[in-house]
Amino acid sequence: MIRLFLIAILGVGLTVTSAAAGDPIYPDVPKPLFGKPHPEGNLFMRVNHMKLLLHTRDLTMREGERDVKYSLAECLTCHAVNGPDAQPVSIKSDQHFCRVCHDYAAVKIDCFQCHNSKPAKETQAWIRPERADDSAIASYLKEAGQ
Amino acid sequence: MNLPSISMAKKPSEMSRRDFLRSGAAASTIVIASGVTLMAYGGDASAKGADANKRWGLLIDVNKCASNCTACVSACSKENGWEDTGHPETDAQWIRKVDLKEKSTGHELSLPVMCQHCESAPCIDVCPTGASFKRADGIVLVDKHTCIGCRYCMMACPYKARSFIHEKLENQKKHAPRGKGTVESCTLCVHRIDAGGTPACVEACNKTGHGAMIFGDLNDPASEISIALTKYPSVALRDDLGLNPGVRYQNL
Repeated sequence: MIRLFLIAILGVGLTVTSAAAGDPIYPDVPKPLFGKPHPEGNLFMRVNHMKLLLHTRDLTMREGERDVKYSLAECLTCHAVNGPDAQPVSIKSDQHFCRVCHDYAAVKIDCFQCHNSKPAKETQAWIRPERADDSAIASYLKEAGQ
Repeated sequence: MNLPSISMAKKPSEMSRRDFLRSGAAASTIVIASGVTLMAYGGDASAKGADANKRWGLLIDVNKCASNCTACVSACSKENGWEDTGHPETDAQWIRKVDLKEKSTGHELSLPVMCQHCESAPCIDVCPTGASFKRADGIVLVDKHTCIGCRYCMMACPYKARSFIHEKLENQKKHAPRGKGTVESCTLCVHRIDAGGTPACVEACNKTGHGAMIFGDLNDPASEISIALTKYPSVALRDDLGLNPGVRYQNL
């Protein structure tokens, strides 16, 4: 009886695993169509983007230093995602570059309570939302977990 | 996985006691002569930005300001993205036109009033989080990252220059982030100044031909504003408070 029960559980487990393989398990990160990749590498940016932004935010706000290497406006320029109307989506859309990962990680960001979540008009860049490579993100998560 | 390291010097305002003690390694003490010491802290001396040798100011000639003209107000609103939301009692006002009438003579005056960018600003004194601050070049700002919306500064300001944002906002200007629950005021168009420009109100006033506003460096004796201040009498609003505002008025 117990053996039968175990087999049943194993069967259910297998079904769940196979169903999950077809679904997006990892965030579908939109990739920019143009612009140079970050010289520091994506892994560095994933881990440190907030530290960089915090640093430049204080430099610009408090010291008046505008010629900074990283800025939120710059992130949004290259990482803009177009909606169905061919216009960049705002943070209200779950397609927004920042939201894709932050929704996945259940991290609420409040940058856009004050900052505009769309790229500035004069610097609009277009991006095609594209299914990212799951295996790359899987290996990243594996590395990050170590 | 090894990540490239990033080193970031902390601002003195956000330095904790521990950070300060830790920074001892970067601090050096030079003894010039007995009793005279020079201390230098680790930091980036080449950093650009607000110039401590400057003090930005405005000079407003009330005689030249027309009572029916609101060009400066609408230019500021357009530049910084604050507007009428249909709640006149709470809407943001970075700059407003004030009409005065001398009761005994009937003489009328009209003048724009905005943040006066005081040297010893009461808003900075009362701010519990350090969000109200003065840049090295004398511009008084609100750091909305640390503003908790307590509105002490609004009560402390004798010029009623600050506003609180009550509504959720969208599509803010890139150079003027604003959001619900924070206090804001005239920034002297700090984004324009950092780019070598003049505030939007001054530009608009000149465009109308009134030319009632002069913007410039109060510390530079050769600047237009300093020459005008030397030549003609001017007053600070509520001069009795001794705040030494960066905005001064002529013919008031």
